[in-house]
Amino acid sequence: MAQMAYRDALNQALREEMARDPRVFLMGEEVGLYEGAYKVSKGLLQEFGPKRVIDTPIAEAGFTGVGIGAAMVGLRPVIEMMTFNFAILALDQIVNHAAKISYMSGGQYRVPIVIRGPGGAAFQLAAQHSQSMESYFCHVPGLKVVMPATPADAKGLLKSAIRDDGPVIFIESEVLYGFRGEVDEEEHLIPLGVAEVKRPGEDVTIVAWSKTLHLALEAAEALEQEGVSCEVVDPRTLRPLDKETILNSVRKTNRVVVLEEGARFSGVGAELASLISEEVFDLLDAPVYRVPGIDVPMPYARNLERAKIPTKERVIEAVHHVLYRQ
Amino acid sequence: MAYRVVMPKVSDATEEGRLVKWLKQEGDRVESGEPIAEIESDKGVLEMEAFSGGVLRKVIGREGEIYPVGAVLGVIAEPDENLESLLALGAGAGAPPATPAPGPAERAQASAEKAVRPAAEPAPTPAEKVKASPLARNLAAEAGIDLSQVRGSGPGGRVVKEDVEAFLQARAAAPAPTPAAARPPLRAVSRPSPEVEFEERDLSLMRKAIARRLIQSKAPVPHFYLTTEVDMEGCARLREAIGALGDLPKVTYTDLIIKACAVALTRHPEVNAAFMGDKLRLYSRVRIGLAVAVEDGLITPVIRDADRKGLRQIAEEAHELAARARDRRLRPEEYTGATFSVSNLGMFDVEEFSAVINPPEACILAVGAVADKPVAEGGQVVVRKRMRLTLSCDHRAVDGATGARFLQEVKRILEQPALLAL
Repeated sequence: MAQMAYRDALNQALREEMARDPRVFLMGEEVGLYEGAYKVSKGLLQEFGPKRVIDTPIAEAGFTGVGIGAAMVGLRPVIEMMTFNFAILALDQIVNHAAKISYMSGGQYRVPIVIRGPGGAAFQLAAQHSQSMESYFCHVPGLKVVMPATPADAKGLLKSAIRDDGPVIFIESEVLYGFRGEVDEEEHLIPLGVAEVKRPGEDVTIVAWSKTLHLALEAAEALEQEGVSCEVVDPRTLRPLDKETILNSVRKTNRVVVLEEGARFSGVGAELASLISEEVFDLLDAPVYRVPGIDVPMPYARNLERAKIPTKERVIEAVHHVLYRQ
Repeated sequence: MAYRVVMPKVSDATEEGRLVKWLKQEGDRVESGEPIAEIESDKGVLEMEAFSGGVLRKVIGREGEIYPVGAVLGVIAEPDENLESLLALGAGAGAPPATPAPGPAERAQASAEKAVRPAAEPAPTPAEKVKASPLARNLAAEAGIDLSQVRGSGPGGRVVKEDVEAFLQARAAAPAPTPAAARPPLRAVSRPSPEVEFEERDLSLMRKAIARRLIQSKAPVPHFYLTTEVDMEGCARLREAIGALGDLPKVTYTDLIIKACAVALTRHPEVNAAFMGDKLRLYSRVRIGLAVAVEDGLITPVIRDADRKGLRQIAEEAHELAARARDRRLRPEEYTGATFSVSNLGMFDVEEFSAVINPPEACILAVGAVADKPVAEGGQVVVRKRMRLTLSCDHRAVDGATGARFLQEVKRILEQPALLAL
C-alpha cells in the first residue's frame, strides 16, 4: 500500500495496462508532450513512445471516431477528453456508434474503448465548463458509466474499464486529482458494477458518488456527533448499477438521501429514487430525498456557484428531514 | 353514553370479519362485557362483547355479511339518548330515526348533505384515513395495531416508525383482553348435487388465510426435508404403564412427541429459531404449535413452555386446545407465537409426509403412523412398532447437519422415553 494522489493512481493504472497489453493506447488533446492537462499521462509518452501516446488536434468528434474504429478492429483505445464538457462534441460518435455498433452488427463488432477525463464542477469555471454530465451517458443503453471517488477506486476501476469489452465512460473528478489516499501498488482490480459501503451506519443511507461522496462522509461525521448514524454507499459504477448493495442498505436503515451534483430534473438521483420506491417501498419510513444540483446553469459568481451545488449543510438538513427532525 | 359497535380487529392477518350472528336483538339491554354478536375471522369464531352497558338501540350489520375492520355494526345507548349524530357519522346506517317533518330550509340542507354523502356508501374504516409511512403500516399490521390509534409525529400527522414503536411500548403495559366463553357451533355439510358439474364455494376467511400463509411459506422459504424412523416400543410401553395407573388423562403419541421435541429444542436452540430477513432470531422459550384439522381448514394452537411442563399437563392442554380448535373457539393469543410446530397425520394411516413450514418458524415436524414393521435386530428379523418422522427446515436458518442432530435427539428421546422423566 502507498499513499498517492488520485491523478497518480490513474497514471499507474494506465501504465500497468499499457505494459500488460500492447493493444492499449492513449489518445487525446495534449496527452503526450504536455503530459495531460491534469498530468494524468505523466511519463507515458517517454515510456511507450508516440505510437501509443498520441496527441490530437482539437477535434473531439474526430479522434473519438478514430478511437471507435480502432476498437472495432481489435485495439483497446483510451480516449482522453480534456474535460467531459467537450465530450458533447463527440456525442454522436459515443451515442450512435460506440454504444450501438455491437448491437447493430449482431455482436460481430465489439467496441472496447474507454473515454475518460474530468467532469463535474470545479471552481468558478462558469456554465460551460462546470457540468456534471453523468445522467447524459447513463441514459444510453450500451454504455457503462464509472465515477470513482478515491485514488484506490480510480486505479482499480480504470484497469477494469480498459479490460472491459464494451465502451466505458469513465468520469474523473476535476477537483479530486490532488486528493490522496491508500492505493494498492500491486495488481488492483475493482469490478465494474459493484458498489461499496464507504461508511457503515444504522439510521439513514446516503448514496453519493465521485466528489459528493466526500461531502456525504463529512456530513456523516458531523451527524455522528449528534447521535445519528449514517451509512454511506458509493455506487462507483452508475451503469450498470449495483442495486442490491443500495437496496440492502435501505432495508436496514429505512431512510435514504441521494446526493447528486448534476441538475435535479431527470438526474441519476431520480432513477435511484424510483428504484428504491419500487423495490423496497414497504420498508421506507420516509420518501426518498434528494440533494441535487439546482436546476440552473452553473453561475460564475462564487456565492451563486456555492448555492447551486450540494453542500454539507444541505446534506445534514436532508438527513434531518428523512428522520422527521427539525 | 351512546357508542357505535364496530367490526373489531380480531386477527393480525386480516382487515375484515364476518358478522355471523347477533346474540342480542334491537331493543335488548346489554351489560358491560356481555357477548352481543359472533364474529368470524380467518382463525375462528369469537364473541364480541359490549364495551359498556346500555340498550342495543340500532342493529346495522347484517348476519352473514363481511365487513371491514371499523365498520359500524350497531349502536348501544341509553333508551332516551339521541342517536342522530352517531348515525350520521356512521354513514351506511339503515333508516334514519323518525323526526318531525323538516321545514324547507332544513330540507335543502339535508339534500345537500345527501349529495356529498350518499347513504349507501359503506362506512370508511379508520385505517383508510390515517397517513403513515409504508414501514409504519407494516409494523402496525405485524403487531396487530389499528393505525388510527397511533398519534403521528411526521408532516401532516404522518405516523412513522418511531410512533408505532412508542405505541407498542405503551401497550405492553396494558392488560390482556378477557377470554370469550366456549360454545361449539355446528354446520351442515353440503355436497354438490349430481346434476351440476361442480359447485363453487365462497372462500371462508380461514381458507383465504391458509392460502395466503402457505404461499408466504412455500414460495420464499427454501425448504429441505430430513426423514428418520423411530422405534416406538418404549413409548408404547410407557403409554400402557400410564394407562394402567388409572384416573389419569390418556397420553397420546402426539403428547410424547411434543414433549420430546420440547426437550430436544432446549438442547438444540439453533432449531428453535426464525429467519428474520437481516437477523436470525433464537427463541429462549419453547412454544410448540400443534396442527389441528378443523372443518374447512386447520389451525395451530400453541403449547407454551412445553419443555417445562410434565406429560400430564401437556396431554391435558393439547386435548383441551384441540377440542376448542375444532369448535373454532380459540383466542388469537392461543394460536400465535409458536416457535416450532408438530403435525401428526398418523391417525389417517399416513406413513410419512412433508409439512409446509409455518413462517417465521424455522422447522416443522411431520409425524407418520405408528405401525408394526419387520426390522433387522442382531441379525434377526423382528416385528417392532415403528414411526417415521420428517423434519422440514428453513435452510436460511437451519443447515442440514443442524437439523439432523436435532432429529437424532428427538429419536433418541422417543426410543428411551425414560429420558423424559429426567
